[in-house]
Amino acid sequence: MSETLYYIIVVFGVVTLMMTIAPGLIWFERRLLALWQDRYGPNRVGPFGLMQVLADMIKIFFKEDWIPPFADKKVFVLAPAIVVVTALMSFAIVPFAPGISVSNLNIGLLFFLGMSSLGAYSVVLGGWASNNKYSLLGSLRAAAQMLSYEVFMGLSLMGVVMLTGSFNMNDIVLAQKNRWFIIPQFIGFVIFMIAGLAETHRLPFDIPEAESELIAGYHSEYSGMKFGMFFVGEYLGITLISSLIVTLFFGGWFGPSFLPPVVWFFLKTFIFVSLFILLRASLPRPRYDQLLSYGWKLLLPLSLLNLLITGAIILSG
Amino acid sequence: MADSGIIDELKTKFGGREFIEQKTHDEFPTLWVSKEKIVDVLRFLKIEISKPYRMLYDLTAIDERTRAGRREMPDSDFTVVYHLLSFDRNDDIRVKVALKGKYPSLPTITKLWSNANWYEREIYDMFGIKIEGHPHLKRILMPLTWEGHPLRKEHPARATEMGQFQLPEEKEKREQQALLFNPEEWGLKKESEDSDFMFLNVGPQHPGTHGVLRLVLQLLGEEIVDIVPDIGFHHRGAEKMAERQTWHTYIPYTDRIDYLGGVMNNLAYLLTVEKLAGIKVPERAQVIRILLCELFRLSSHLVWYGTFAQDIGQLSPVFYMFTDREKVFEIIEAICGDRMHPNWFRIGGVTDDLPNGWDTMVKNFVSYFPKRLREYDKMVMKNRIFKARTIGIGIYNTEEAIEWGITGPGLRATGLEWDFRKKRPYSGYDQFDFEIPTAQNGDCYDRAVVRVEEMRQSTRIIEQCLKNMPSGPYKSHHPLATPPLKERTMHDIETLITHFLGVSWGPVIPEGEAFSGIEATKGNNGYYLISDGNTSSYRTRVRTPSFPHMQMVPFISRGYTIPDLLSILGSVDFVLADIDR
Repeated sequence: MSETLYYIIVVFGVVTLMMTIAPGLIWFERRLLALWQDRYGPNRVGPFGLMQVLADMIKIFFKEDWIPPFADKKVFVLAPAIVVVTALMSFAIVPFAPGISVSNLNIGLLFFLGMSSLGAYSVVLGGWASNNKYSLLGSLRAAAQMLSYEVFMGLSLMGVVMLTGSFNMNDIVLAQKNRWFIIPQFIGFVIFMIAGLAETHRLPFDIPEAESELIAGYHSEYSGMKFGMFFVGEYLGITLISSLIVTLFFGGWFGPSFLPPVVWFFLKTFIFVSLFILLRASLPRPRYDQLLSYGWKLLLPLSLLNLLITGAIILSG
Repeated sequence: MADSGIIDELKTKFGGREFIEQKTHDEFPTLWVSKEKIVDVLRFLKIEISKPYRMLYDLTAIDERTRAGRREMPDSDFTVVYHLLSFDRNDDIRVKVALKGKYPSLPTITKLWSNANWYEREIYDMFGIKIEGHPHLKRILMPLTWEGHPLRKEHPARATEMGQFQLPEEKEKREQQALLFNPEEWGLKKESEDSDFMFLNVGPQHPGTHGVLRLVLQLLGEEIVDIVPDIGFHHRGAEKMAERQTWHTYIPYTDRIDYLGGVMNNLAYLLTVEKLAGIKVPERAQVIRILLCELFRLSSHLVWYGTFAQDIGQLSPVFYMFTDREKVFEIIEAICGDRMHPNWFRIGGVTDDLPNGWDTMVKNFVSYFPKRLREYDKMVMKNRIFKARTIGIGIYNTEEAIEWGITGPGLRATGLEWDFRKKRPYSGYDQFDFEIPTAQNGDCYDRAVVRVEEMRQSTRIIEQCLKNMPSGPYKSHHPLATPPLKERTMHDIETLITHFLGVSWGPVIPEGEAFSGIEATKGNNGYYLISDGNTSSYRTRVRTPSFPHMQMVPFISRGYTIPDLLSILGSVDFVLADIDR
């Protein structure tokens, strides 16, 4: 009984936390971008403009829930839900601290890869169902981008799996007790980070949205809370990728003992979230064919090479 | 400019009886040619002659039916004016064709110059002159359902003269019908042999078009097969307005033609008016003008720099550059009292003297700005993704640039060093020490390189203005300078009378025709003014750089993809009001 209660608390805790972090990140990103861009950002509503997100949420909830008459209604409604659901589901395997994780799955990492592949459907279906040429172009780009980046996203993580000998996230963290995987798996880290950026389609990989080209790409036709879901999904994605980077390469909850493990985990995650935002503030957007050839011609061979070398070292050692 | 003997050359070729010469204030050779001979004469000037006139610089028309004092000119109802430019001679020639009748016609020269296409459509749209053999003679600036041709003298200039606006159901249907998109009407095929094309409507409301511009893209996947620009959304009839404003009260309208160029537009207009009136502008006024023009060049280029980076997906530079632009505007505001459209230059000088403390502001800016430019170089120009998006995209060579009437940074990026400030110094630019940046490849990146370097040169010019500001009056004592300098007004009756006339009727500019062009922010901006001795101009032609530049966009975009189109649009740097006027 107490174990069931414990899991219920963890599950609700994680969902609530993530659903709070996502809007919090919106505020954080806007303030941080503003700081880097010599302006103020939202600073009027509440202390430090913290209530801005709340105001935006209220606005977005009370907006007319418009579905264009030419859209494929069912799919149109389904698409934004997929992105949020898959991102939230992925958090199930993230170990926040010893014993605090929703599910200690043996195939944790594979579960995440599966969920992120499913997440791609939301963008593709959303663009397709909108029945708009800009959305269509956006979702075509998204399909191409995610398809090609998923391949070596998985491959880049295999080095970590080989070193640990397990897909279980807890085991992976525990294996980093003495040495973080960032050292033996630096190439894997770089590739995973780039692929993660592409998965969340953030600048510089925001070509499915590409504001100056495709207006808003796949979510051009969305408004109200459905648009909000895509938005929240994007921030959930950033948090997810950051927390996975921490778990897989930066020792998860491990850290000097003057802070509790869960704080270490969130602190590290926070640093990567900020890095994502900094990247957005500084880089331009490549063309999508450049992005694809970069992926196939450079990152894929590199991740294979990484795998080969890791294997060789393990065998010889 | 000396007479380059072109008239004699033409007379030997075609016989003396073919031509009637006309004297103009700008001293360009101006010739009247018959409608039958015009194409041959133009072909001779473009191809056959040595040191040819390779650029069709401007092509426009004049409704001559109510013009007074035409004197030695041949009888004409409508006159079509071809303005050609020769880079080898550094000289222009103006060829005029007299047309008779209410709706006359004229053979096309689209086979001779590619950029004649839009100019001829504009003539048809504005004057109702039919162009025989034109591949796509349709209205270009006015809506397709517009009745009448606005620049004809019988067309009303004010809304109050047009009668009440009504929209009966039948008219509404007609208007709606005209909005429907049918690719064939635009000269686009719906399908090729093996696939259907997709048509993508970019604009008039689109984040990448920088204004109300509509581009119809014919796509094969994301590859651009063809583009048809639809312009005219920003058309406000600036040329028509000039015919009812006085010479003086038209100045604020010019501010808004290239709305990023501010007073630079005033200068192009006023240089022409001053040519007609024979006013010599005092030195101090000239340097003040240059100072402000170069400040505006900076502010315009900064807008371009930031938005170009943003088009390529870089979020931050635009904020830094607009902050710097704000610093430029602070100086402009301190001098003029206004920011974007100060309406500051006057016939014969500028509105007022420089305020106290202007030199400190300029000095601070001149020492601050180059550092920022170096920073932007690192941030934007040396960024590898930025380079990947711009190098080798949207290429044209000098030959093609001239064919399409490209001027300004777009021309210099192909390697041709051509700048009015050096080649035909106006307003005292010959007194300044600066260089004309060029680049070689004529792609998006090189156009950016040229503009960035131009900002450095502009800063140099501003610095020289600061160090060498002459003393003296800021406005000419010529009686036509408007409004006249106050100091003598209460002392002698002559000045009082001219003052009174200048502010009541407006100055009367002597009869004549003149053109003068300046190196504006986007390219060559010029005003071709015709006075028939009245308080307002008889015909004002605004030659803007963005018009031919936009016409070239389809030519340089074919075969590239949608993201490349954004690089191309950004690097061409157009202003919609500058295209549509």
